[in-house]
Amino acid sequence: MSLPLYDDGIASGLLCGLLFGYVLENAGFASPRKLTAQFRLSDWSVFKVMFTAIIVAAIGLYGATEAGLLQTSGIFIPTTFFWATLTGGALVGAGMAIGGYCPGTSMVGLATGRLDAVVFMIGMVLGTGFFAGAFDQLKDFYLAAEGPPAQTLSGLTGIPTWTVLAALLLIAIAGFALGARLERALGGPLTAEELNANNAKAEVEEIEIVTIRTS
Amino acid sequence: MISTVRPLWSPLAAGTALGAVLLFTFLLTGHGLGASGFFTRLTAWLGSEFVRPATEANGYLGPFLKAGAPLSDWISWEIIGMLLGALLAAITSGRFRLRLDGATNLSGGGRLAFALGGGLLTGFGARLARGCTSGIGLSGGATLAVAAFVFLIGFFIAGIAVSFLIRRAWT
Repeated sequence: MSLPLYDDGIASGLLCGLLFGYVLENAGFASPRKLTAQFRLSDWSVFKVMFTAIIVAAIGLYGATEAGLLQTSGIFIPTTFFWATLTGGALVGAGMAIGGYCPGTSMVGLATGRLDAVVFMIGMVLGTGFFAGAFDQLKDFYLAAEGPPAQTLSGLTGIPTWTVLAALLLIAIAGFALGARLERALGGPLTAEELNANNAKAEVEEIEIVTIRTS
Repeated sequence: MISTVRPLWSPLAAGTALGAVLLFTFLLTGHGLGASGFFTRLTAWLGSEFVRPATEANGYLGPFLKAGAPLSDWISWEIIGMLLGALLAAITSGRFRLRLDGATNLSGGGRLAFALGGGLLTGFGARLARGCTSGIGLSGGATLAVAAFVFLIGFFIAGIAVSFLIRRAWT
């Protein structure tokens, strides 16, 4: 069997999406309060979940390639356009800090009954429309500083993939440790109970807990 | 009132599960998971319905119409699956509730304005970056693409900075 299977059919889309949405909801990523708490450094779930997922999938892809099951040239690897990639990432981060979601998590927010997620989606359509409207003016910036096609960290640095993976693992462990310290200092990760409670009520409870802890 | 909601998965468990789903998606399709691509196609479709000549002539959205029905793509089915999967998880765990969430300290109107403004920046930014947290950050990250880490550095630095500037709205 040669991988990938290149199955872009309806069942493939539904299945991958179903699993994706199920896991994101169970991670608590339907909640804009939990997602933005990462940027306030009081809840490191976004960093922990993303970094763990990247490392698990990257090790899997590496293993499948080494075992001869997968053609690395057969999977999609995005190309860097330095300024557009960096600025775009910054705008997505700023948008999440303000609006509480990213594109995928707004879908998960909607699925859990959050009406503000729908308004966020309307905003995304408007933002996409503005980008399209200004595309001719943005084109130079959009295409500036293009990196080599599908460049990986190994390709950039000349370091073998397994060493890159080991380095990422060390960064993740350091991030988990730093996150745990800051979570302890700043009130801790938000629980399902806190996220499901009425916002105003949850606030009062949090303040009470902090008061009890500090007194 | 004490509600009976099931606890969330630990970040390590959720991250491992997400990594397994992402790996499965790569082996099945040759690409990772995405989200903002659906909103690009949705925008192209809305444009074709309401302002067709302008959308057809547009340098960015026009090609999506030339290629046929813009919403006819794997990512549309993935998004429908996402909604169903998240709904299933929320209902079985007691976490589904209709509500207006968002910037905790703002009134209803303020929350909607923040959601709209944040969505606008995100929609624009995702087009500039050629993807979002899922498509570039997560899926690109799994392929160890340089683009993913450039994206994530911008994402976290700007997110933390903007979050600090508007911290009174959210806490």
